[in-house]
Amino acid sequence: MIHAARMGHMGGSLSSVDILVSLYFHSMRCGPANWGDPARDHFIMSKGHSVEGFYAVLARAGFFPESALADYGKFGGMLYGHPTLKVPGVEIPSGSLGHGLAVGVGMALAAKRDGLPSRVFVLMGDGEQAEGSVWEAARAAAHYGLDNLVAIVDANGLQISGPVAKVMNSGPLAAKYASFGWAVREADGHDHAALTAAFDSAPWKPGAPNFLLAHTKKGRGVSFMENDASWHHRTPTDDEYGRALAELGARQGSGAAEAWAAGEGGAR
Amino acid sequence: MNAGKASCRHAFSAALLEAARKDPSIYAVCSDSKGSTALGDFEAALPRQYVEAGIAEQDAVGIAAGLARCDKTAFVCGPASFYSARSLEQVKVDVAYAASDVKVIGISGGVSYGYLGSTHHALHDLAVMRTFPGLEVFLPCDAASTAAITAYLAGSGKPAYMRLGRGPVPEVYAPELKAEFAPGRANLLREGRDCAIVAAGEAVQPALAAAAILAVRGIQARVLDCWSIKPFDVAAIEAAAEETGCIVTVEEHSVHGGLGSAVAEAVAQSRPVPMRIIGFPDEWAPAGSSEELFAYYGLTAERIAAAAEELAARAKGR
Ligand SMILES: Cc1ncc(C[n+]2csc(CCOP(=O)(O)OP(=O)(O)O)c2C)c(N)n1
Ligand SMILES: [Mg+2]
Repeated sequence: MIHAARMGHMGGSLSSVDILVSLYFHSMRCGPANWGDPARDHFIMSKGHSVEGFYAVLARAGFFPESALADYGKFGGMLYGHPTLKVPGVEIPSGSLGHGLAVGVGMALAAKRDGLPSRVFVLMGDGEQAEGSVWEAARAAAHYGLDNLVAIVDANGLQISGPVAKVMNSGPLAAKYASFGWAVREADGHDHAALTAAFDSAPWKPGAPNFLLAHTKKGRGVSFMENDASWHHRTPTDDEYGRALAELGARQGSGAAEAWAAGEGGAR
Repeated sequence: MNAGKASCRHAFSAALLEAARKDPSIYAVCSDSKGSTALGDFEAALPRQYVEAGIAEQDAVGIAAGLARCDKTAFVCGPASFYSARSLEQVKVDVAYAASDVKVIGISGGVSYGYLGSTHHALHDLAVMRTFPGLEVFLPCDAASTAAITAYLAGSGKPAYMRLGRGPVPEVYAPELKAEFAPGRANLLREGRDCAIVAAGEAVQPALAAAAILAVRGIQARVLDCWSIKPFDVAAIEAAAEETGCIVTVEEHSVHGGLGSAVAEAVAQSRPVPMRIIGFPDEWAPAGSSEELFAYYGLTAERIAAAAEELAARAKGR
């Protein structure tokens, strides 16, 4: 998608896609079949720029045909560079960082007040934590005891202009969320088994919202993209594209992709 | 007319409570603003439908959008100054772009807060809100119109911004008028063919009083209440231009981007006529109560009448 459209956010898509796979193919009760069910689970992509992995997962989950992915970045098409409501499976538009957690609070609150079993998953970036609005929502989630809310931070350590710790350090995130009244866990954000174990056991503490610090690698899976801030929104040359595919293909050969498709997760 | 005075915010909260008693999916969201929005009764009567966000307007709008995603109709209520600036991006993205069933209720709009100064004035809200596709923008002028528009909002299913004033205001719509409030339809308050005075919100009352003054001087002014800033009644404005030959607009808003601009956009492209835009100029208002500021900037019956008289003479002389 990114190579063809000559635009996109490679690094953050690769760092978050394992989290999405764990959610959509294992932990969440949320798919095209139960989309109209108010008791289903919800997902909010607060780091809306990581849209390519999100679109791929939504397509694989059956929200729209995979052939539609070719539409990405085409004039008048369905797939913009940030999620919109035109895309089946997208719950709320995003792209301006710092909005998703508050919307998640509203959804989790609605589920509580309606007595529904819905859980709300919100994926944010670690750079995104610099937005003050995130912390307004973090406080409200604890105030209302929203243990049906799971906030995940894709802790890849990088934002656009460099390491989060250097640009504007928002850490220590686990301690900060804990001090805001959240139940906190950490996991390897590329380990499907660890991720699904965390998601499936929520709420971790009755009456407390759940915060998962997912340790990830930006650009995960492509050696020359990993942990390199410039791949935040760089587009690969033909040569880089070929090498990236070769590396990812090698990993697919290991069976991971087949496991994803089979909806099992945790294959590595 | 002008029988009693009542505040729009109290009319709003009473109408909202009435609607919410019938419809449990109607929620109110406040940001330490239940006093200024007069929603204390709402919280006491329907605590399950009330959400307090604390002093956090961005969070309040986001929460309202989340509630709306889960089949609620959420009224997020607080000072217009803050909701149209601090949380403007949430209104743009989470409400308007997301087509959420959220009503942003800006209380104490314009210069309602008077001496509190420009941090608390909202003289830019119509300008910004009316550029968001899909967001309806309403500006009622009295208690009756506020109640009617609130009832509409409770069932519209669409995102909207409504600005309300703070203090008690004279009645414009007496019950016997049986006025209707259809979005996109301006209300004709007085017929006239010598000039048109187009107003909204708390400027409607002085506009009507100006027309009465003009009548004594032999000038028949048409008065339109453009409470529906968006959708906007372009046809009524074009008809006013055609039939009266000149238009004075009056608003408690910056002269940039508000009602005057909407009228100018309409007539300039079809029936250009001389216009005068009365509102707040491009400067920070001096210390003053809302009455003092209305007088200072010419939003009074006498000054509106004088402007209309001069404009009508100019239009005739052309
Ligand atoms: C409010 C806002 N400010 C700035 C941006 C531009 N922007 C897009 S992505 C990004 C960096 C995000 O870093 P992080 O949250 O760590 O995301 P990730 O590393 O997962 O890509 C920035 C600054 C934005 N989208 N929204
Ligand atoms: Mg990051």
